Amino acid sequence: MKGGCRFMTKYKSYRRKKLQPGRAPVPKISDADYGKPATKGDPVKILPRQNKQSSIVPRETIAGNSLMLVIAIMSFLLCITFGAVSLVSDTASAWQNDIAREVTIQIRPVDGVNMTEALERAQTIASGKPGIDSVTIISDDETARLLEPWLGAGLSLEELPIPRLLSVKLKTGKRPDFDELRRELTESVPGASLDDHQAWAGRLTRMAGATVIIGVAIMLLVMAATVLTVIFATKGAMSGNRHVVEVLHFVGADDKYIADQFQRHFLLLGLKGGAVGGLIATLGFLIIGYWTGQNSATPEGDQMTALFGTFSVGTTGYSGVIVIVILIAFLTAYTSRATVRRQISALEQN
Amino acid sequence: MDKFVIKFENVGLRYGMGPEILRDLNFQITPGSFQFLTGPSGAGKSSLLRLLFLSLKPTRGLISVFGNDTASILPDELPAIRQKIGIVFQDFRLLDHLTTYENVALPLRVRGKEDVSYRKDVIELLSWVGLKDRINVYPPVLSGGEKQRAAIARALINQPKLLLADEPTGNLDPSLARRLLRLFAELNRSGTSVVIATHDLDLMDQYQTRRLVLNEGRLQVYD
Repeated sequence: MKGGCRFMTKYKSYRRKKLQPGRAPVPKISDADYGKPATKGDPVKILPRQNKQSSIVPRETIAGNSLMLVIAIMSFLLCITFGAVSLVSDTASAWQNDIAREVTIQIRPVDGVNMTEALERAQTIASGKPGIDSVTIISDDETARLLEPWLGAGLSLEELPIPRLLSVKLKTGKRPDFDELRRELTESVPGASLDDHQAWAGRLTRMAGATVIIGVAIMLLVMAATVLTVIFATKGAMSGNRHVVEVLHFVGADDKYIADQFQRHFLLLGLKGGAVGGLIATLGFLIIGYWTGQNSATPEGDQMTALFGTFSVGTTGYSGVIVIVILIAFLTAYTSRATVRRQISALEQN
Repeated sequence: MDKFVIKFENVGLRYGMGPEILRDLNFQITPGSFQFLTGPSGAGKSSLLRLLFLSLKPTRGLISVFGNDTASILPDELPAIRQKIGIVFQDFRLLDHLTTYENVALPLRVRGKEDVSYRKDVIELLSWVGLKDRINVYPPVLSGGEKQRAAIARALINQPKLLLADEPTGNLDPSLARRLLRLFAELNRSGTSVVIATHDLDLMDQYQTRRLVLNEGRLQVYD
């Protein structure tokens, strides 16, 4: 080639500096058949310039899109499970707190004892004790309404020997001396007894604990399924990139560079997929929360509220969604990095 | 400067527990030399090229590359040594999602160089191999000959001290094959040692130069 190509000029100059003469003989050949020299002038200006270099790791591949879909589905399932467990845990905790904050005084009808006076005396005794916030007598109307499912409407309390109740609200953090209160009530008010709900609270605590444990166990299973699915799906997507790893390896890229390229790509892919799944799960929580709020006055809404409160997953639930998305993204990235390392290691050992 | 680019001493190679497919190889490649590596199919040409490219380790014997004993080279040192060796694969191994320009620039890009620092060189090299007009074309659109030239350009962009080519003219018509071979020869004249693996006797007859002939795992050198 007649001198013109700047690359070859530089190349020959480089070679002259670096290497000594005395090469093995090669035939003298005509310049006519070599590649055409570069166009005169600055080729950078002549040729269209790309604004942005392509990613070294192929984007928008079928395997990559499938992996993102799998990640979205699994993160959705995990977020939903985590939200449900969080909801059950919060509700169980709320049940226990509600019961722990209230006790009941019951007064059975006794011949010769005025019920109204007995109720007022019990209210006075209980109100004066430390740790008690308020004492409310359950009115005749409320008592009749409580018994309505069993005894029917239009109940007259005077005609039946129905025990009467006082609802005692406790102050937070300071529990009264129930033994002393119980003794004073039974001495001063005939037919009075104190129910501190301990038996019920114990059963409820065990039930709530069991519910949370089952929920956590299900969540761990879903988490394990998510981890395995993401790992295998990432490996599947990586196997389609094996040729890219090989080429990068053979053109002199060091292992860290190759691993970084894939890790960055799969971290973004995991974040996208996880964010989609987490977003859909969050929307689901918000929609159900809105629906229960709108139906709070209906029997279905009341039942839901009785069971799950306001059906709000709370800060823990939403924080959990964010943590899940980030963890899945990092799991995807780490798996891709480990796979690249293994592929390179296999290339080296062959 | 090293006396030898590569030196083989009593090198043998076997895959797993199989028979030895390369036996007692003793030869050296000097700086600026040009040689054909030939032999019948299955003689071990590709395996020998892989040994030369450090992507295989010998079962026995000593291989010295640029003065370094390959047995004592650390994995972290391999990329720097590979950057001194350009290789042209028989199946090109271009990345389909990168343009011709990006494929050729890949060896520089993976070294962390900025696009602006090498753009002119890559375009000039592409012009030299006759691919200036195909700069933004993706490999699936290129013809076999164009792919081959892009692969050669990629092997050359790092200004390697040694160029290895595995059947570089295998898929090309005779005139294009001759042209590519002249391109290798021109490169050699600029100082690069060249090893071309081929079983095309007609092609080799056009160049009276050193021949490494592999047969049944043994190597005969004809200077």
